[in-house]
Amino acid sequence: MSHHLVEVKDLKYHYPDGTAALQGVSFLLTHGEAVAIIGANGAGKSTLLLHLNGCLMPQAGEVRIGGLPLNKNTLSHVRRTVGMVFQDPDDQLFMPIVYDDVAFGPLNLGLPPAEVDQLVKDSLARVGASHLQDRPPYRLSGGEKRAVAIASVLAMSPDILVMDEPSAALDPKTRRQLIELLKTFKHTRIIATHDLDLVLDLCSRTIILKDGQVAADGPTLDILQNEELLASSSLEKPLRLQGCPVCRAKSGSAD
Amino acid sequence: MANIESALLNIGYLETLSSQQTPLQRLDPRVKLLTTLVFIVAVVSFGKYEVTGLLPFFIYPVALIAVGNLPPAYLARKILLAAPFAFFIGIFNPLLDRAILVHLGPVAISGGWVSFASIMIRFTLTVSAALILIAGTGLNAVCLALDKLGAPRSFVMQLLFLYRYIFVLTDEALRLVRARALRSFQGRGLGLKVFSFMIGQLLLRTLARARRIHLAMLSRGFEGRIHLLRPVRLRVQDAAFLLGWSTLFVFMRWYNIPHLLGNLAAEFIR
Repeated sequence: MSHHLVEVKDLKYHYPDGTAALQGVSFLLTHGEAVAIIGANGAGKSTLLLHLNGCLMPQAGEVRIGGLPLNKNTLSHVRRTVGMVFQDPDDQLFMPIVYDDVAFGPLNLGLPPAEVDQLVKDSLARVGASHLQDRPPYRLSGGEKRAVAIASVLAMSPDILVMDEPSAALDPKTRRQLIELLKTFKHTRIIATHDLDLVLDLCSRTIILKDGQVAADGPTLDILQNEELLASSSLEKPLRLQGCPVCRAKSGSAD
Repeated sequence: MANIESALLNIGYLETLSSQQTPLQRLDPRVKLLTTLVFIVAVVSFGKYEVTGLLPFFIYPVALIAVGNLPPAYLARKILLAAPFAFFIGIFNPLLDRAILVHLGPVAISGGWVSFASIMIRFTLTVSAALILIAGTGLNAVCLALDKLGAPRSFVMQLLFLYRYIFVLTDEALRLVRARALRSFQGRGLGLKVFSFMIGQLLLRTLARARRIHLAMLSRGFEGRIHLLRPVRLRVQDAAFLLGWSTLFVFMRWYNIPHLLGNLAAEFIR
């Protein structure tokens, strides 16, 4: 299943104002992997994600999706393969009603209407949002918007899912539901986030970005327990791996 | 600030009205749009001193309000909101046009007052028809109807995007206004200068959002054309609605019904 491969080789990107966002990032993701991209604000996470489906083109280095290099000719294929869930669902849900929004991608792919209809219904059912089908997006709650945004990407049947801060601005219960949903996916998943507990639940592998470079790349459990590494990248241990303040106080008084 | 918020809620309310299940809401949006257009053309095509001929046209808004279960008081308030525009267009007529046109018993009425009344009646009729169209159909469906009837796609999409993002935009503006109000004391910081910065800020944020939306569209295979999947077909009742009302409007346009009734009554008394 080579079409699920994501390969980034020595990727560099400078913004027009001179900010060097990426300074030689390289990694290789294989089929079905769930990978977290973490790092401080401004470490280059979002810029990296925008390269993965060709919203930005590499200025130096290379991005290969499923063995194909990312360039103008492969762009539409890459965009079909890589589904991107943006951070703010309001940016992603631009059509008048939920149904139209989920149908937007498949219709652009030129699928026949009957097939599109089925895809839309399946995708909405997959994220548990079938009842929202006829609602305008501005009338949805944050969690509902997130679910529909994911459905709108699933409807394109991508092999690779890229998500920017999927758990941002969700209440704890909705966040938990999202994690459970993402666990059921078989796609190659790339998640940029500050929610390290979510990383612990979902991703077997973690890449730390620091100043536009890969500071660490390895199994999540190893990386998230390396306090020195985390501190140097403006991160800290996931809360669940930190001592519980209540228990610590109790054991302290027992001493 | 509260006004912006309540105005937004009002748009939401129109949307709620349009999702009711009544015979009016179930009609094909295209026939409602066309019927409204015929109605408006018929109403505005009368001569400038016409008053009596316009009155029968009130049957259309009244009937639709009744069938569509729309709240008359709410619609009346919306019409009043727009009334000053028509009022100021017409108010100079009585001053400029003082030729006596009608004698109502001892009261002489000048042509200016008659044309002023005519303007106000037309305004009420056309605006209420447009409001009923939105309240009974929903803006999205109206846009869809425009599209199906061959209006330029880019125009329809502009309208849809406007409607989709007006909420997001006003939300953003509202946050700016609140943030300023919280740090302004004794009227300081509320001046025009700060206001102009805020407008600039809002523009920049909007541009940034537009860029992100465009990226999101590209990510889902957008290539310059937006496709809508909405099979629509005309049913008998749709055609009947359009033909029935249009015939009535044309009839009311050519025959002054109050006049005919008056003649008939005079005949009868004689």
